[in-house]
Amino acid sequence: MKQNIAFWNILLKDMKNYYLKPPNISWGIIFPFAWMLMMFVKTKSAFHIEEVFSGIVAMSILFGTTSMLSVTITFERKSRSFERLLLAPLRMELLIVAKITGAILFGIFNSIIPVLFSVLYFKAVVANWTVLIIGIILLSIISTLLGLFISVSAKEVFEAQTYSNFFRFPMIFLCGLFIPIATLPVFIRPLSYLLPVTYGVDILKYSITGNNTLSIVLDLTLVLMFCFMLFYSSLFFIKKKWII
Amino acid sequence: MREKIIEAKNLIKNYGDFTAVNDISFWVEKGEVFGLLGPNGAGKTTTINLLIGMAKISSGKVYYDGVDLTRSIKKAQEIIGIVADESNLYDEMSGYDNLCFCGSLYGLSKSDREKKAKDLLNTFQLNEAANKKFKAYSKGMKRKLTIAAALIHNPQILYLDEPTSGIDVASARQIRDLIRKLNQKGTTVFLTTHYIEEAERLCDRIAFLNRGKIIKIDSVNNLINESKDENIIEVVFDENVSDKEQLSAKLNEKFTYITCHFKNDNTIKIISLKPIDISPIVQFLSLQNIFIIEARLHRPSLEDAFVKLTGIEIDLMKKDKEKK
Repeated sequence: MKQNIAFWNILLKDMKNYYLKPPNISWGIIFPFAWMLMMFVKTKSAFHIEEVFSGIVAMSILFGTTSMLSVTITFERKSRSFERLLLAPLRMELLIVAKITGAILFGIFNSIIPVLFSVLYFKAVVANWTVLIIGIILLSIISTLLGLFISVSAKEVFEAQTYSNFFRFPMIFLCGLFIPIATLPVFIRPLSYLLPVTYGVDILKYSITGNNTLSIVLDLTLVLMFCFMLFYSSLFFIKKKWII
Repeated sequence: MREKIIEAKNLIKNYGDFTAVNDISFWVEKGEVFGLLGPNGAGKTTTINLLIGMAKISSGKVYYDGVDLTRSIKKAQEIIGIVADESNLYDEMSGYDNLCFCGSLYGLSKSDREKKAKDLLNTFQLNEAANKKFKAYSKGMKRKLTIAAALIHNPQILYLDEPTSGIDVASARQIRDLIRKLNQKGTTVFLTTHYIEEAERLCDRIAFLNRGKIIKIDSVNNLINESKDENIIEVVFDENVSDKEQLSAKLNEKFTYITCHFKNDNTIKIISLKPIDISPIVQFLSLQNIFIIEARLHRPSLEDAFVKLTGIEIDLMKKDKEKK
């Protein structure tokens, strides 16, 4: 019960202090909207929403979560308020889950605009809504965990932002968001399959078109494995580096 | 002797080749105010960090209430409140919200933490600033709210790392009064400070720490008694002495039974193990063409005990801390 109270209040505090601030909400709306508009203007009449739907959703989540979490954690560490959380009688696992939950919810919120816009305005057809929702949730989790992993290495807020960009921008091209992995040079493709976002995007593609590169079960398994790996390796490094 | 609530046995903390805490052992009795006194870099904060779980113990043991929690200090965190050397609350949250949030971290229900937050704001005279953002608080107010936050869950032990460092005199006095009151109510207080007068006023027992080692632990009275066999004269000059060594040598030559050292550039401390007369010394110094503005026989204090045991001048220690 005590742990639940702490968990819920850490989450509420983060939502109120960081994620529900007007600049972040407007980012969550404007960023995906701008990308959709760009695609629409570029392709005009030949605009196939199904081709870009998963990419825009994935990008909205990726850009919304990774830097948000890494920046907020680095900021709290810098101001030493994170120390207060580390000194509370809370299991470290629960503390980290509380910290990442806010970013996961923010990622899910970021995906709502492109989904609504694609379905209501561009009349996109979603083949499997359940898989789409699962895909969005898993992609939010994996992107958030990437942010957590980044925050372990960053000492300054600008470092957190730089490291986030270092990971995010190559992922746009490597993870099949807009460019199919099959069209990438052969020597780059193994790198794509080392990145967890690739499998998240593949799940989204399956949910929208019914077609994807790998089997849906394999995608789900690999994303869950990456989640597990990133969570526990971040936890290991937090214990190793922050409690010296 | 009262029951031991904290006990450290042979604690060592290494950072690579550097030993920050070097095989220290001590205990803190239930209900006492225990002080850790030492200069910058002595290992005070590291010692606290080892006891609260913010640093990993290289070797040694930590017991809380007789239970070995060396590898599971998290378990002790429910009964301890921690005030770090710098305020570490949330800038964007109000004072009241900060306290309520800290209460939630210890699992207090909404009504309990709200009531406790109001009580603490009242105790610390921060009522009027309750709804102001923490970043708008003065340094003294920030310090008080940080201490209040550490008390939200009624801890049995309160760790205070330099509680009055860098704050105004009035706030410092208020904090000292609050520490005394808390202690009277039964809270065990573990504090580190570089203000020797503060340690003398507040602590029941003190450990002198230097270069990671405990030099001496005892009650304040016993530590002061250590210096009672010394007779001290302090002489203050109107301007800085240019050749301190030469003056010391002349004094030693004339008064063979004394030792002297400069407390700062214009104050000399003359120590003798036998009763000492102030007038011949003042006369001798006047003959050296040095204008004296103050000369007094000095009663032994905790400061003298500290200087005697560690060889560190308090003024230098304070300056060092202020520079930091």
